[in-house]
Amino acid sequence: MRGLKLPLSQTQRVRLQRAFEKLQSLSAKANSDASLTVADTIPVNYEDAFLKGHGTADLNGELVATVCGVVERVNNLVYVRALRARYKPEVGDVVVGRVVEVAQKRWRLEINFSQDAVLMLSSMNMPDGIQRRRTALDELNMRSIFEENDIVCAEVRNFQHDGSLQLQARSQKYGKLEKGQLLIIDPYLVKKSKQHFHHLEQFGVDLILGRNGYIWIGEHVEARDSMVIDQAKNIEQSTVVEGINQAYTPLEMRQNICRIANAIRVLTSLGFNVDLNLIMETVELSSSLKIDIHDMLGSEFHVLVAEMEAERRSLTTKRKR
Amino acid sequence: MEYVSPEGLRLDGRRPMEMRQLRAEIGTVAKANGSAVFEMGNTKVIAAVYGPREVQNRSQQINDQALVRCEYSMANFSTGDRMRKPKGDRRSTEISLVIRQTMEACILTHLMPRSQIDIFVQVLQADGGTRSACINAATLALADAGIPMRDIVTSCSAGYLNSTPLLDLNYIEDSAGGPDVTVGILPKLDKVTLLQMDAKLPVDIFENVMGLAIEGCKAIANYIREVLLENTKQLEYRRGL
Repeated sequence: MRGLKLPLSQTQRVRLQRAFEKLQSLSAKANSDASLTVADTIPVNYEDAFLKGHGTADLNGELVATVCGVVERVNNLVYVRALRARYKPEVGDVVVGRVVEVAQKRWRLEINFSQDAVLMLSSMNMPDGIQRRRTALDELNMRSIFEENDIVCAEVRNFQHDGSLQLQARSQKYGKLEKGQLLIIDPYLVKKSKQHFHHLEQFGVDLILGRNGYIWIGEHVEARDSMVIDQAKNIEQSTVVEGINQAYTPLEMRQNICRIANAIRVLTSLGFNVDLNLIMETVELSSSLKIDIHDMLGSEFHVLVAEMEAERRSLTTKRKR
Repeated sequence: MEYVSPEGLRLDGRRPMEMRQLRAEIGTVAKANGSAVFEMGNTKVIAAVYGPREVQNRSQQINDQALVRCEYSMANFSTGDRMRKPKGDRRSTEISLVIRQTMEACILTHLMPRSQIDIFVQVLQADGGTRSACINAATLALADAGIPMRDIVTSCSAGYLNSTPLLDLNYIEDSAGGPDVTVGILPKLDKVTLLQMDAKLPVDIFENVMGLAIEGCKAIANYIREVLLENTKQLEYRRGL
């Protein structure tokens, strides 16, 4: 069993167990026998027409699962949603990746997929914001945009016919990420939502929940207006931005970043879904109880967060009824 | 030497057809995509799976399927007596190959083209049956990593000493020099993926011994399934909606 590697006292262990039991009882009503392991038979009505989706295979006329996960049915489609697997990209996903190679007209990004993703020079906005053909000079200056080991935020564009994955960064919100922390968590914990970029105003922090399980927490950067026509103004603005960039990150900001990062670490080690609401509740819990940032990863706070989540979920299920 | 007493008990107090205690734990290596510890009595093995990820050596890339690699090693402290050759010895290379081939037979490699899957197994405590324990640990780690497989592979060994078929040999019985049959099966498909024996046996006795080993494999498969199902359920209910 996947156990928490925490030194728990007797009372903490009991409390944690009770919280988990509560969570289990809350979700057991929704789906009792939907969980499957490898090579388990999926119960389907063979007389109806059905479509085999991901994570299923045909074995002597029987439908079996090929991964451990949960059965999902959408109309005729039957598929097994794998938990704890590497990221499977879908077009339009927001991802965060790390540059591993600068190649001809392209960067290769590590995004927790089975291959490296490709970001073409032509599929990203130039830092100066001008729309034009990419020249040989631009190609030579690629390293001035992203270097190896830079962290980049982008969007999944499409799959090429040879199976490679193309990314794009055609907006000011995408691009290089600086002054912050990258957290790597299991992709199944990041749910698809309308908004993956969050500006937490009370902390002055940007939070990017990459669908590939890479989460960025960094100092807030004002997205520059891409429609600036006045060239001189543009240059002036960019120099101002550079001036800000050179200043170091204040201590308070770093503490805010660490607090949010630790909140996410706690949530993932407990295996809870990571979304903005839950992160903010965890951060508020920690600051209202005046828990130090480094104590957030201790056993007591894990237990508190588990209890909070159990309480929250029981309230929401009651409200639904 | 007497390996089965007149009362029908083995050296460690088991019956001839009794297996050692099984224990499995998933998620023991934090950074790996999938990992597991598997114990059969005093034999203890840790496995970690990385991937499917970008192929490290471009020349090895296969265009229509995944590349599976396996590295087996034995910790220096795993046995009582000192190891003669610490690394790169023939035994390790052979077991690496055996594990790689067995796992490759069950992974649906065509679903992950141009990628590589690395399986690392290390013996932490050796008390006979390391080969089987490694395969069982690797299966658990692969399932934890969410890699699509035809079926789980389980493995178990059986031997023949004092004219009695014995299930799941420990180190003393293993080093007695008698026949040692290691079997790996796909329980759902009812197919054999691994069969090794390093001695001679008459055919009728061999069939008995192999049948015993297959029964052992099935028992292990049931246990592994339970562990995986429990793990999946936990992940799912903790995640919530």
